[in-house]
Amino acid sequence: MFAYYLDLAFRSLRRNTMLTALMVLAIAVGIGASMTTLTVTHLLSGDPLPGRSQHIFYPQMDPDPKRTDDKEPYDKLDYQSAVDLWSAHRADRQAIVVDSRLKLSDPASGAPPIMSMMLSTTADFFPMFDVPFQYGGAWSAQDDVSRARVAVISADLNQKLFGGANSVGRTLRLRNSNVRIVGVLKPWRPSPQFYMVAGGRFSNGDTADYYGKTEDVITPFFTGLEINDGSFWQFTCWSLPARMGHLQDAPCVWLGLWVQLDNAAKVADYRRFVADYAAQQKTLGRFTHAGNTRMRSLMEWLDFNGVVPSDVRLQTWLSFAFLTICLFNTVGLLLAKFLRRSGEIGVRRALGASRAAVFAQCMVESAVIGLIGGLFGLLLTLLGLWLVRQQPVAYADLARLDVPMFLLTFVLAVGTSVLAGVLPALRACRVAPAWQLKTL
Amino acid sequence: MDFAPILAALRRHRTATLLIALEIALACAVLCNACFLIASRIGLMQIESGVDESSLARIKLDCDDCNSTDLNARVMAALRAVPGVQSVAAVNTLPFGERAGDNGVTIDREHYVAVPHFYLGGPGAAETLGLHLAEGQPFQPEDFRTGDVWVPADTPVWISRTLAEKLWPGQSALGKEFWVTDKFHFRVVGVLAHLVRPDPGGTRGSGAAEWSVFAPMAPGKVLNGTYAIRAAPADLQRVLREAREVAQKAAPEAVLDLTQSRTVSDLRSDFFRPSRIMAGMLVGVIVALLLVTALGIVGLASFWVQQRRKQIGIRRAIGATRQDILRYFQTENFLIVSGGIVVGLVMAVVLNIVLMKFYELPRLPVAYLPISAVVLWLLGQLAVLGPALRAAAVPPVVATRSV
Repeated sequence: MFAYYLDLAFRSLRRNTMLTALMVLAIAVGIGASMTTLTVTHLLSGDPLPGRSQHIFYPQMDPDPKRTDDKEPYDKLDYQSAVDLWSAHRADRQAIVVDSRLKLSDPASGAPPIMSMMLSTTADFFPMFDVPFQYGGAWSAQDDVSRARVAVISADLNQKLFGGANSVGRTLRLRNSNVRIVGVLKPWRPSPQFYMVAGGRFSNGDTADYYGKTEDVITPFFTGLEINDGSFWQFTCWSLPARMGHLQDAPCVWLGLWVQLDNAAKVADYRRFVADYAAQQKTLGRFTHAGNTRMRSLMEWLDFNGVVPSDVRLQTWLSFAFLTICLFNTVGLLLAKFLRRSGEIGVRRALGASRAAVFAQCMVESAVIGLIGGLFGLLLTLLGLWLVRQQPVAYADLARLDVPMFLLTFVLAVGTSVLAGVLPALRACRVAPAWQLKTL
Repeated sequence: MDFAPILAALRRHRTATLLIALEIALACAVLCNACFLIASRIGLMQIESGVDESSLARIKLDCDDCNSTDLNARVMAALRAVPGVQSVAAVNTLPFGERAGDNGVTIDREHYVAVPHFYLGGPGAAETLGLHLAEGQPFQPEDFRTGDVWVPADTPVWISRTLAEKLWPGQSALGKEFWVTDKFHFRVVGVLAHLVRPDPGGTRGSGAAEWSVFAPMAPGKVLNGTYAIRAAPADLQRVLREAREVAQKAAPEAVLDLTQSRTVSDLRSDFFRPSRIMAGMLVGVIVALLLVTALGIVGLASFWVQQRRKQIGIRRAIGATRQDILRYFQTENFLIVSGGIVVGLVMAVVLNIVLMKFYELPRLPVAYLPISAVVLWLLGQLAVLGPALRAAAVPPVVATRSV
């Protein structure tokens, strides 16, 4: 029966090509617009660490003496708090992160230096965030403490400086210091660059830069502070640092701390540990208040920072409003199409087809329209994503269609057209056969 | 024209009528708000920077280990020697360059009033930039002093008119004082007609786009590596090209930042590119929206015309002119679209309230409502014209057939 309905649907669509084309066009344009924006939103709001993100947390506390417990703590930690929490080693894994700009060159080649971003972190960073290595590996926990002059470099930088060859063991000049390369990453492009996300509340919705590329060079935390001393930027300061760019003893917050906690009991324990630490600092007189500590999970933290740029969210809403209009349009056209065939439906009903059979036939026809619309919609989506990739935004290179979104295109297209078909099909199956036969 | 028979006929086609009206209503709501978004983006793109953009370029060097006084002297001397350069001055940044320093300011050292951007400029910077002082006086040579961390503790400054209005509404700002933390004290000696912050826009709101302070400072440890170059607009591209070369040659140990060493016009164009793209996308959506709506009307109207061929024939046979039939379909469309517009205007206002809540958009100006109503009426009439003409062409003889 289904095959017969399919045959009927194609015949009916061929009979009035103009009307069919209009419907297919409406669905295709609506699907193209909404799938393009939905894909971008999906890519930007996805989980950067699937399967692990629920174990990753971001502790916060408030060292600013001028603030009170009713305020959100700052997005970053001061040096002492971060290093104290890190060296307590109370979590399964922990890593301090800070980035800074510095001059970088390959001393062997003599090429002019370039300005790059350097991430300074601790050894747990790599296993905690599942960072993939091409050559070599991470440095050891011992290297953190001994301030070893080592570095891990990105695939991009390895390509640029060493033509993609195994550069482990070679020397890199960072500002005025030489470091030994111990590891080269595979291309690694977390979206967003989640471990550096902070300050989303103050970014006025312009959060596209959270989707930028990762740093070119990664050094142990204390090594990085030595090499690039004087070039670190504060998140904010509550009074002026004695020396700009040197923040170890400054009244400033500038470091992020990530911890991995593998079960709920450990999470509760660590939460208590952070609160106790703040309370202890208050007793010691370093903090004036200790009640507003926080520990958000990775996804909560991204959500709190509103990482999806407001332009992207606006585009998504707009395109769904547009899809709704296309839906209304399709309902109207299908109504016209089905009712125009009232005579034919009357004959079928008179020959014994049930209402359900007529309804099913109409729905098959709607679904066929949706499928064709989806096909063209897919082409428009690919075109839309190509346009997104031409934009000068940090996330441009991420805009590609993945398998779930590819399938969703068709689900959405067929879903839309079937939804649009329900009302016209109901009207069509209520056609009175006798009256129709009389007017034939 | 008598509406009664049209309304009676529409009552027989409630579903279809309602669908078209709803489509128009949605289109109206989206149209109003999308147009408004476009207009606000374009408005922002035309913001006056307060500097002579067409004759300004910027050179930026990264050099964290250089002796800054020596670097400034070397680079500025080299830049001044480039033929065509009218003047060179040390600055911390220029409009549409990167942000160089926002600070919360207080009048009573306790309560923040605003967070303006602080521009710092060496001797001659105000003239190089072409800042227009609306009131007040120029800086004196002794105002240009060095600082260890930031500006000297007591600094005379110029502020933009919008910032003056924010800090001291309705009063003259000249001679007034404000603070950053309790260490830095500023005295207003001049008010600028315009000076845009490096990154105007975003949800910071258009009011804050010109919250800027311009402070004098001697080139040195704090103020180094960034230079404003002034040249004749026709000559600027060549001057910039040569300036990039000589700056790198004068300071071989520094790294020239190519993305920031550009003309201010280029920096501006880059800064607003996302806004331009967004506006372009909105225009695309509006066009597609109107097209789809029009096609919907065409489709349904054609169906109605075909369905009513017999009635039209009868009407023609008993004396209706072609003009009457044409008028009938046009009036019918006008009534449906009007119904949609009434609902759509309400929806537009609701949508605007939602957008205001989530995107800090200003209130939709009332003028947008009648304009989109007219656009949709015209669109409806245009779309129905084809089917209506076909209806008018139905010959009276149809009435006699197959009865």
